[in-house]
Amino acid sequence: MSWLIKSSIGRKFVMSISGLFMILFLLFHMSMNLALVFSLEAYDKICEFLGANWYAVIGTLVLAAGFAVHVIYAIILTLQNRKARGKERYESSSKTPTQWSSKNMFVLGLCILLFLILHLYQLWFNMQFKELIGDPTAVSKGSELIIPLFQNIWVVLVYLAAFVLLWFHLTHGFWSALHTIGWSNKVWLKRIQVIGNIFATLILIGFSIIPIYIYFAY
Amino acid sequence: MDKNINIKLRIWRQKGPKEKGAFETYELNNVYQGSSFLEMLDMLNDKLIGEGKEPVAYDHDCREGICGMCSLYVNGHPHGPDEEITTCQLYMRKFNDGDTITVEPWRSSGFPVIKDLMVDRSAFDKIIQAGGYISVNTGGSPDANTIPVNKDKAEAAMDAAACIGCGACVAACKNGSAMLFVAAKVSHLALLPQGRTEAARRAKAMVAKMDELGFGNCTNTGACEVECPKNISITNIARLNREFLKAKFQD
Repeated sequence: MSWLIKSSIGRKFVMSISGLFMILFLLFHMSMNLALVFSLEAYDKICEFLGANWYAVIGTLVLAAGFAVHVIYAIILTLQNRKARGKERYESSSKTPTQWSSKNMFVLGLCILLFLILHLYQLWFNMQFKELIGDPTAVSKGSELIIPLFQNIWVVLVYLAAFVLLWFHLTHGFWSALHTIGWSNKVWLKRIQVIGNIFATLILIGFSIIPIYIYFAY
Repeated sequence: MDKNINIKLRIWRQKGPKEKGAFETYELNNVYQGSSFLEMLDMLNDKLIGEGKEPVAYDHDCREGICGMCSLYVNGHPHGPDEEITTCQLYMRKFNDGDTITVEPWRSSGFPVIKDLMVDRSAFDKIIQAGGYISVNTGGSPDANTIPVNKDKAEAAMDAAACIGCGACVAACKNGSAMLFVAAKVSHLALLPQGRTEAARRAKAMVAKMDELGFGNCTNTGACEVECPKNISITNIARLNREFLKAKFQD
């Protein structure tokens, strides 16, 4: 199995699988959020369900591991690629037309990581984490946290900006992941690119609805 | 209509692989727009030799776009600002009177500069030697059509085989990756029945050699496909990934 770290395609394969895993998580997270629009009670039930229960803790650990792998491999790949480009850079900047996001995946990922730290601090830390360490101030009803949180227009704007960055990351990441695992050919390349754009847009809309809805509804 | 133009050239000059290089500016007058880019460089070298200066070293051979020898990164494009051509097929009518043209060697760890605009592309030969062939026993040549080949596959194999190994993909790639080259070479053999026998070994050996020689990891930016003079599709990269992963999972 050492080829997963030693070989370039092996490394890209790990990057793809961890990326696709997080795409599945995004779908789950979005569905969970959307419950809030229909029923605050249902949303709080899900939040309670995802508290300090053994299955939720295992799920969190697996997700954290997948995320860590994605970040670590991103750093390794970026450093190797910078080295492969060579010490001398081109004087004239490249005029080759390519997808903007494809060239900026690392920077986009870094911004999303920074947002994630903020997001975990604002919510997960006050919910599952505090419950795990037995802190009495732990909140189990998610709505008690997010409704006051999204009354602040700046928080709403930061969240929306992060979703836009995620959209850019996904428009390349989705098809690139499938391409790397070999699931692409002359016919399917166009299709997975279009499906990727649709998927990224659905994620953008699905996630953006919540802060906007809460800001105006409460 | 083609006319004569006056241009300014900014050319990378470097005495040897270990020497420090720098840009030098040259003025060249009365360049006929109907001449090729390489003919223009020949004009410049004639002028430099006349002045008792060292001519600019650059790679070229067939000058009809099939040998893959010419290179040059011209104004931000490998093979210059035209599509589906090699530098030798680039004409001066792509430039205007008074233009400044920046000419650089291809930059990548895999392609070290030898002199001026020449780079060492023997890394590609090493990758081919690692597995880019079909082993056959010598003897009487078999009849051409004894093995049926699907028409679509034959076409796809021919499209991949159009790769001339010039290295524009590496030059265009922000990661200095040789994936499009290796993908084309693996694909044109893997698609045909004669190449299937060694397909798994070939994919593993060529990718291992590519990694060893210091080329980067492909991130699917697609720059290689845009700049490829032979229009090799990045779907070949997906096929290489498939061949490689299949081979690894079979181990």
